[in-house]
Amino acid sequence: MNNALKNRLIDRVFKYFAILSTLFGLVMLFIFLIDILNQGLSRIDWSFITSLPSRFPGKSGILTALTGTIWVFLLTTIISVPIGVAAGIYLEEYGKKSRMANILEINISNLAGVPSIIYGILGLEIFVRIMDLGASLLAGSLTLALLILPIIIVATREAVRAVPKTIKEASYALGATKWQTIWRQVLPVSSGNIITGIILALSRAIGETAPLIVIGALAYVPFVARTPMDEFTVLPIQIFNWISRPQKGFIINAASAIIILLAFVFIMNGIAVYIRYRTQKKIKW
Amino acid sequence: MKISEKIIEKGLWLSAFITVVTTVGIIWVLFSESFTFFREVSLVDFFTDTQWTPLFTKKHFGILPLLTGTLLTTVIAIAVALPVGLTIAVYLNEYAPKNLTRVVKPLLEVLAAIPTVVYGFFALIVVTPFLQGIFPGMAGFNALSPGIVMGIMIIPFVSSLSEDALRAVPNSLREASYGIGSTRFQTAFKVLVPAAASGIIASVILAISRAIGETMIVAIAAGQQPRLTLNPMVPIETITAYIVQVSLGDVPHGSLEYKTIFAAGLMLFMLTFVLNNISFWINRRFRQQYE
Repeated sequence: MNNALKNRLIDRVFKYFAILSTLFGLVMLFIFLIDILNQGLSRIDWSFITSLPSRFPGKSGILTALTGTIWVFLLTTIISVPIGVAAGIYLEEYGKKSRMANILEINISNLAGVPSIIYGILGLEIFVRIMDLGASLLAGSLTLALLILPIIIVATREAVRAVPKTIKEASYALGATKWQTIWRQVLPVSSGNIITGIILALSRAIGETAPLIVIGALAYVPFVARTPMDEFTVLPIQIFNWISRPQKGFIINAASAIIILLAFVFIMNGIAVYIRYRTQKKIKW
Repeated sequence: MKISEKIIEKGLWLSAFITVVTTVGIIWVLFSESFTFFREVSLVDFFTDTQWTPLFTKKHFGILPLLTGTLLTTVIAIAVALPVGLTIAVYLNEYAPKNLTRVVKPLLEVLAAIPTVVYGFFALIVVTPFLQGIFPGMAGFNALSPGIVMGIMIIPFVSSLSEDALRAVPNSLREASYGIGSTRFQTAFKVLVPAAASGIIASVILAISRAIGETMIVAIAAGQQPRLTLNPMVPIETITAYIVQVSLGDVPHGSLEYKTIFAAGLMLFMLTFVLNNISFWINRRFRQQYE
């Protein structure tokens, strides 16, 4: 066999190996989703969603975890979105050249790489102890808000950067101030991409477990949270708790709760992809 | 008019400044609590003692077992994610038809969107029993299963960052390679991968940092037994899993046991911080400037 043939053979073999590699990830994903659906789907009914946790797997439900997740989702949104978008606008439109902006930028990329459990330790010390919020919904949401802040800031910056200069210059030429230009021109056209980034960040937040365990969110909460100061649990912690139990019934419960958590995550990702697709289609600079 | 503009700018600046406060907060919390910890436990013991038993009556505070546990799961994860992720990146860049790439990429991204607690379930309930079928002596909790699952989780992370690096290589290099009669395989591995090496290495280092900080998969499936071993078949404990273990128990606030999570957290923070910055530095320093 001559060299050219050999090289072509290697090329061909690699191609099939690469296809297998690509399939490996996708097949794992598929096996996994089928397995979860197989184990958990039959357990999901109205009483599973509306029941409090219990010692008996058959009677346990996710009511407290589900309401906790919804609370955390809302509070984290309220806290993180205004701060994250404002910070992103500042870095992209105002503080571009300054030394301070440079420090801020390096700092944000470092924060994005800090493991989530470290944010839990921060939240435990600052929000739970020093600010004395206890292991409350508010403390948990503040912790998660800090965790996703870098993601929202980076998404905002990219969205704002994509707005062409001509739009801004046209606005300035008409006598608009800087903020008027940002508020009436830049933000409306970049909102699609900003919202996409926010939704992806929030979908990360509702799947987080470790930081909330560290701040002391409980696995067993026998009541539905009514105020942000109440103690709470969330779906991922409930799932973790059920996985840790020996009885088979709790494993099935965990699979069912996973289906509901994944439904949330996939719906949010779907909405984000859809908004990005529509924005890209609609806007032609 | 002028005044309101100034106020708005200050408000925006304040929002950006919160990120600095966050960093300072993390460093302050970790260092101040660790400082009181290291007044009672010497640094030498911390780094040389081969046992980690803060929750037992006979207490040992050697971080080494937690470090080897973390190292073990991380190495396994990278051993899965690097070859698969890099191959996918090369395939999507050089071989695959554009239509296929458009379908496959978002599907792979789904892997990254799944919450980690769900991967933990997968490791414990699906992968471990499967591996026990192959290796009969394997314990119910071990490093291998969560390591592999963590590797699957970071495949899209490695593949998309590597793909970005490969795509940044100018077309002229690619065309020159094809022009002298190279196959796609030769072009990819003798021209493109070396040209994109800094970006690929940077992405792998980031992936390592991710694997070190990953918590729930190992907390669920690796066990809670700090053990100085590189055997992937037996229960171990990682730094992150230890922090979870203490958080779930009722260790009194202010006790030495309680302070261990800050010392362990500091160790974890420094490891990831150093790796992340090496990655940034490689990206900035070695990025080839093509005309």
